[in-house]
Amino acid sequence: MAESANVLTLTDDNFEDEVLNADQPVLVDFWATWCGPCRQIAPIVEELADEFDGRAKVGKVDVDDNPQTAQEYGVRSIPTLLFFKDGEAQEQLVGAAGKQPLQENLEALVGQPA
Amino acid sequence: MHDNGTLTNGHPDLTAFDDVDFSEAEMRDVVVVGTGPAGWTAALYTARADLNPLIFMGPEPGGQLTTTTDVENYPGFPEGLMGPEMMDRFQEQAERFGTESRYGTVTHVDFRERPHRLLVDGETPIYAQTVIVSTGASARYLGLENEQRLIGKGVSACATCDGSFFRGETVAVVGGGDSAMEESTFLTKFAEKVYVLHRRDELRASKIMQQRAFDNDKIEFVWNTEVVDVLGEDAVEGIEVINNDTGETRVMDDVTGFFLAIGHTPNTDPFKGWMEMDENNYIQTEGATTYTNVPGVFACGDAQDDEYRQAVTAAGTGCKAAIDAERWLSEHGVAEAPAPDAERQPVEA
Repeated sequence: MAESANVLTLTDDNFEDEVLNADQPVLVDFWATWCGPCRQIAPIVEELADEFDGRAKVGKVDVDDNPQTAQEYGVRSIPTLLFFKDGEAQEQLVGAAGKQPLQENLEALVGQPA
Repeated sequence: MHDNGTLTNGHPDLTAFDDVDFSEAEMRDVVVVGTGPAGWTAALYTARADLNPLIFMGPEPGGQLTTTTDVENYPGFPEGLMGPEMMDRFQEQAERFGTESRYGTVTHVDFRERPHRLLVDGETPIYAQTVIVSTGASARYLGLENEQRLIGKGVSACATCDGSFFRGETVAVVGGGDSAMEESTFLTKFAEKVYVLHRRDELRASKIMQQRAFDNDKIEFVWNTEVVDVLGEDAVEGIEVINNDTGETRVMDDVTGFFLAIGHTPNTDPFKGWMEMDENNYIQTEGATTYTNVPGVFACGDAQDDEYRQAVTAAGTGCKAAIDAERWLSEHGVAEAPAPDAERQPVEA
C-alpha cells in the first residue's frame, strides 16, 4: 500500500516541533504495525493527508517506537486519533472510524477554507 | 415485539431523505453493505458475475476479524493466518474482479419500492437494484454509567489492540465464553494479573479454552460477580463490583484496564422497521436462502447469524447472497429510477 508523502512520521523527538508548534491543525494517528483496525483506517488517514494538504497536517505515531508521546496523551487504545490545534489536543476519536467523522473534525478545526 | 421504529403509516421515518436530491443519483445493480468475510465474498461473486458491485466499508472496515490475532480454523490455511491479513486478502480478491470499494457508511435506507434508495453518511444518494446486507456485529458493552466515557482510557473491547498498553498492570476481563478465555490468556502476555469476572459460577467456554485459562498462573477467576461501574476521571482507576450471591459490593482498585468479552450485537440499526428481525435485532432470512422480507434485499454474515458466527460460515452466506441476488436480478430485471417530476409519495408522519 503506497504511503502518501503528505503523512508525517511523528516521533517522541519531533512531536513538539511538528505538532505542538505547528501553525496548522494536526491530525495525529496513534497506531502500531500489529493493530488490525489501524491498518484498515490507514488509507483513510492518507486520503485526508492529501485532501487537507496545505490546510492541515496529518501524522502518525507508532506507539511501540514512541511510548513517551502515547503515554503523555493517555493513549490506551489504538487506533486513537487526536486533533491538535495551537498545541492542544482538541478532540479525540478512539477505535476504527469511517472517513466522515475524521473529515468533519479536521474541517471544523481548519474552519472555512480560504 | 421490539421497538422497530415503525411509524403508524407502516414504514420508518424517511425525513433524512427530504433534503437529498436523487435526480442525479448513481444507479447500481448490487450494493454490498459491510466488509467482513460475508461482504467481501458477496462482492467477489457478484463481481465475477459482471454485476459491478459497489461495497461500502462502514465504520469498522474489515469487521471483527481485524481485532483478532491468528485465525486457525479457516480451511485452506493450515499454518493459520492473521485476521487483518485475511481481510486484506479477501479485499484484494474481490477487487481483482472489479469490485468497487468505498469508505462510507450506509446510514439510511428507503425500501418502499425498487430501485431501493440508500444514503451514505446521511448525505450521498445511491439507487440500488439489489442490496446485500453484510453489516456484521460489533462488541457489546455493559451500558455502565462511565463505560463509554472511558473507552480508550482503559475500557476496551479489543484485547489484541490494546493489551500492550497494560504492561505490568492489573486488568479485568468480563465474560465467560471462548472469547473471554482467549482475551484473558492473551492479556497475560502484558498484564501482571488478569481477573476474569463472570456472573455465574461456571463458564460457557469450551473445555480446551477453559483449561488454558485455568492453567495460567496470572489469571484469577472471580465468580458470581457483576460490574456496577468503572471508576476514574481520565483513566480507569478501579471497578465497582457486586457479588450476586451475597449482594456484597466492593471496589477493585488495582484494576487499570477493563476489557469486555460479552458477545456482540448486530449492526442492523439502519434497517429497523424495514426488515424482519428477531428479538435481538438479527435479520431474519427465509429458510436456507438469504432472502429477507424485502424484495431484492439479501442478508448474510453475522447480521443474520446468531448461531455459528464463524469467518467461514459468514463467507458461505455471503456467497449465497451473491447467487441469490444474481438470480433475483435476472428474474426481475432492472427497475427504472422514477422521473424527477414523479416524486415518491411524501411521508406523512
